[in-house]
Amino acid sequence: MTNAAEGDGMSTYRIQGATGDWEVVIGLEVHAQITTNAKLFSGASTKFGSEPNANVSLVDAAMPGMLPVPNGECIRQAVRTGMALGAEINRWSRFDRKNYFYADLPQGYQISQLYHPLVGEGSLMVEADEKAGIAAPKTIGIERIHVEQDAGKLMHDQHPTRSYVDLNRSGVALMEIVSRPDMRSPAEAGAYLRKLRSILRYVGSCDGNMEEGSMRADVNVSVRKAGEPFGTRTETKNVNSVRFVMATIEYEANRQVDVIEGGGTIVQETRLFDPDRTETRSMRSKEDAHDYRYFPDPDLLPLELSDAFLSECEASLPELPDAKRTRYETALGLSPYQAAVITADVETARWFEALLGETAVAQGKSEAEVAKTASNWLTSDLFGALNRLGVSIGDSPVTTANGAALLALVADGTLSGSLAKQVFEIMLETGDAPGRIVDERGLRQTSDTGAIEAVIADVMARNADKVAEYRGGKDKLFGFFVGQTMKAMAGKGNPAAINDLLKKALG
Amino acid sequence: MSVDLPTVRKIASLARIAVTDAEAAAIVPELNNILGWVEQLSAVDTDGIAPMTAVIPNSLRLRDDVVTDGNRRDDVLKNAPQAEHGFFAVPKVIE
Repeated sequence: MTNAAEGDGMSTYRIQGATGDWEVVIGLEVHAQITTNAKLFSGASTKFGSEPNANVSLVDAAMPGMLPVPNGECIRQAVRTGMALGAEINRWSRFDRKNYFYADLPQGYQISQLYHPLVGEGSLMVEADEKAGIAAPKTIGIERIHVEQDAGKLMHDQHPTRSYVDLNRSGVALMEIVSRPDMRSPAEAGAYLRKLRSILRYVGSCDGNMEEGSMRADVNVSVRKAGEPFGTRTETKNVNSVRFVMATIEYEANRQVDVIEGGGTIVQETRLFDPDRTETRSMRSKEDAHDYRYFPDPDLLPLELSDAFLSECEASLPELPDAKRTRYETALGLSPYQAAVITADVETARWFEALLGETAVAQGKSEAEVAKTASNWLTSDLFGALNRLGVSIGDSPVTTANGAALLALVADGTLSGSLAKQVFEIMLETGDAPGRIVDERGLRQTSDTGAIEAVIADVMARNADKVAEYRGGKDKLFGFFVGQTMKAMAGKGNPAAINDLLKKALG
Repeated sequence: MSVDLPTVRKIASLARIAVTDAEAAAIVPELNNILGWVEQLSAVDTDGIAPMTAVIPNSLRLRDDVVTDGNRRDDVLKNAPQAEHGFFAVPKVIE
């Protein structure tokens, strides 16, 4: 098998056809809903799940004479997103009309940006993931980001002969983020989408909620023999989950290889993904349906951005996942795995940083000194519990303050590791502070030497024969004494102290 | 630049304007007259001159991200030929 002789050359994902191996070439156009209160060109609300046609102004319904006025926040969030992707920001951009007729588009055109998009070239890096066949980190090019209006929603199953139109989504702001055809496997496309979603959520420009349609992808796929020029691509529209995007690529690449090897040719066309049957099919649209007759929207002047506007966009960017991950590894000493897991989603990273801050304060130490303890507890104990309960970290029954208090009780010797696990389970059930649980249920660890020595003396008196055996050389019995002492103390004895004192007492 | 009869028919169809054969035939010379008139502009040498978008210095104004409109469903649906349960009801369109 030959690898494609090109710069990336990393992916070994191939479709095994009858005539040999085929390489898959993938580009994604992601439509991300910009998180704002109001729509792109009107003052109507963007709230999801409202009554039909409640969030519609006369602008969104395209009543004659209505004029669009852009929402500054939509522009700002798209610019910040571009900056987060290291992209060139165009200080001068313009809106164009994309003309087509459909029942969900009352204007008869979508206001978009074809000729002069707001954001130019940038890139995004996906991590190596050997299990997924991504051998090394890979940079995926981003060609452009433009701002455009979303369409309304159609419902076809409410009436035998009518379609119902809800314009609540009509005019909501979208960023269309167009990648270069740089991906070579379903896994790379999946990693790209997850990373993009992560960055959008850090920036705060899109909530990344694919179930509610806040992020959808048009998937461009073509196949070629290694080293040959790009094949003809198809575009599968509006795929709404990472899993479905990967399934679309897999299906479409295999279909194209079958068509070509069967003597056919690939037609450049728009297709639909059917999640129930895990297949794509042609949309069979009229041949001139894509004659969009773009032209500059005469209702809107060019968009010119000032230095002050751009500086504010730059200054308001948060620390982004790549930088955060590196800092967690270098400044906090976390393992690459933990740093990656904690920084993947902004909500987890925020939770961890709150926990870390509170843990450092509670123990009077620096964040770096407590980072490993805090991250271990977060990624094993808390993540395990949240998984079991099926809740996200945002809904964790344990607050960051209570998590920090629990770690502090372990650090100062109040709780042993096993007592801490007991207290943690009670925290999960009740949401109570660990200090209160320890007090109310008497779960405090005993490190009092005198008390432990008294128990040890008692255990030894009751097991004089075993003491003799131990002293006679049966070292293995040491564990027996630890167990007896621990049991006599109802699990609350400090294990380290018990060990030390037993060694002394048994001689 | 000029248009012929098939082009006029296609533009009319894309714009969803019903045009009879007689009307389409009449529109061809009308459009060509207009195009010819506009084409006089190409006689002007505009090399190195940035395109102008307005005759007075003016820039695009942006609105604040505040909800100031909506909740006027009756207004929005008032002119609809058919509305049901708060939706516009249109002839069934399904891919």
